Amino acid sequence: MTLFEYLLLGFLIICAISVTFSRNLLNSIIIYMSYSLIMSILWVCLESPDLAITEAAVGAGVTSILFFVTLKRINALGKDPDQKEEKGDGHD
Amino acid sequence: MIDLDKEKASRPSFRERFHTWMEGEQDLYIGELEMRPPKNAPGADVKGKKVQQDDGRQEVTREKLKKALASGTENPEELRKLVPDTIVNMAESTDRLKPVSRRPLKILFDKAYPVLATVMCIAIVILLLVTVSWMPPFGSADNPASNEVAQRYIEQGLTETGAVNIVSGMILDYRAFDTLGESNVLFIATIVVIILMRVDSKEEKEKLSQEEEIYTDEKTLEPKNDVIIKTVAFILVPMLLIFGIYIILCGHLGPGGGFSGGAVIGASLILYANAFGFQRMGKLFTAKTYKVISFCALGFYALAKSYSFFTGANGLESIISTGVPGRILSAGLILPLNICVGLVVACTMYSFYVLFRKGGY
Repeated sequence: MTLFEYLLLGFLIICAISVTFSRNLLNSIIIYMSYSLIMSILWVCLESPDLAITEAAVGAGVTSILFFVTLKRINALGKDPDQKEEKGDGHD
Repeated sequence: MIDLDKEKASRPSFRERFHTWMEGEQDLYIGELEMRPPKNAPGADVKGKKVQQDDGRQEVTREKLKKALASGTENPEELRKLVPDTIVNMAESTDRLKPVSRRPLKILFDKAYPVLATVMCIAIVILLLVTVSWMPPFGSADNPASNEVAQRYIEQGLTETGAVNIVSGMILDYRAFDTLGESNVLFIATIVVIILMRVDSKEEKEKLSQEEEIYTDEKTLEPKNDVIIKTVAFILVPMLLIFGIYIILCGHLGPGGGFSGGAVIGASLILYANAFGFQRMGKLFTAKTYKVISFCALGFYALAKSYSFFTGANGLESIISTGVPGRILSAGLILPLNICVGLVVACTMYSFYVLFRKGGY
């Protein structure tokens, strides 16, 4: 059990560091989601399932969706396949 | 393999990246991330997208501009000439290309900033460490953490609140006032954004709706009739809703409660809106629905808790019995309060999404 926890803690630290060093914002959010998921498993290991449910629903779910929507609003979510076609038809 | 090597060579080293992170970076054409092109810039929309496509030319121009700036060329006209016509600064002004004016105060500030920042950081770290050293020793018997309150919660919690899940008993009975404040924070945050986005006069409304038609084409807001998302949502949304309701209703019997269950329900509403569009969601859920549900839930919460505080403080007999622990209809007020919190949280989560996505209902 403790080995499993140490493994998860290691993943947690790796995720936390790689969020800041990832250049792609989309990757950062996905790493952040996995961070929340690992955290929720850790909460279960620490015998607080209440927090685990909340962490999984809010941390991995809703917050990441809000981040995605924000990226979409500032057009930083990468190229949309539909938009690419439009560009190709219109101006090349 | 050659491509990989090239990529490695072109990527800045860790030291350089750290340097740019510390010093900041002068973006030579700002505006690539503009949400909307300015209205007076004809074609900026189209050409701006083009800029994002050809990275090679962009890099070359960036290098040229950097060289020119380094060699002391400060005339914006000359700098503008270096930029090919296909690359359009979306801000559509050469002001951004001007180097920052070197005022003495600015230089002083630039020099003092890292020093002051470091000093501040160290001061805060020392302050926190000193505070930690003032904390009572770990595991000591007379710590505030191990005074009679925690023990009483654990020993008497079941008989006093009737909740099998001690956490629920604590947050919705002993510390119910905290939870009311938290729910109110969510409600106020959403309602303030709705108030800020409100448009009063009719002319402004018409103007805005016309602009909306131009900028928010259906493709950005409405789903693309994606079969995968629709099928997944069709299967998952009912299950998620039922699971969320289960978490809320069994908050006093097992792990869960209003906040987590509400978050699950809110997430399922978001999934539904994503798959089937805001038009269908709008039939079920509007700003008015949000206001009514949140107001009723918070009002009921406040009234119910006022009653129990009043009777508790004055030593009166409360008509709300704790019931038999373990039954679904037990634990006094905890179950209805869980439902209230769950409703507020679910509506708030969905509202956050709608406000982020559309900027209003």
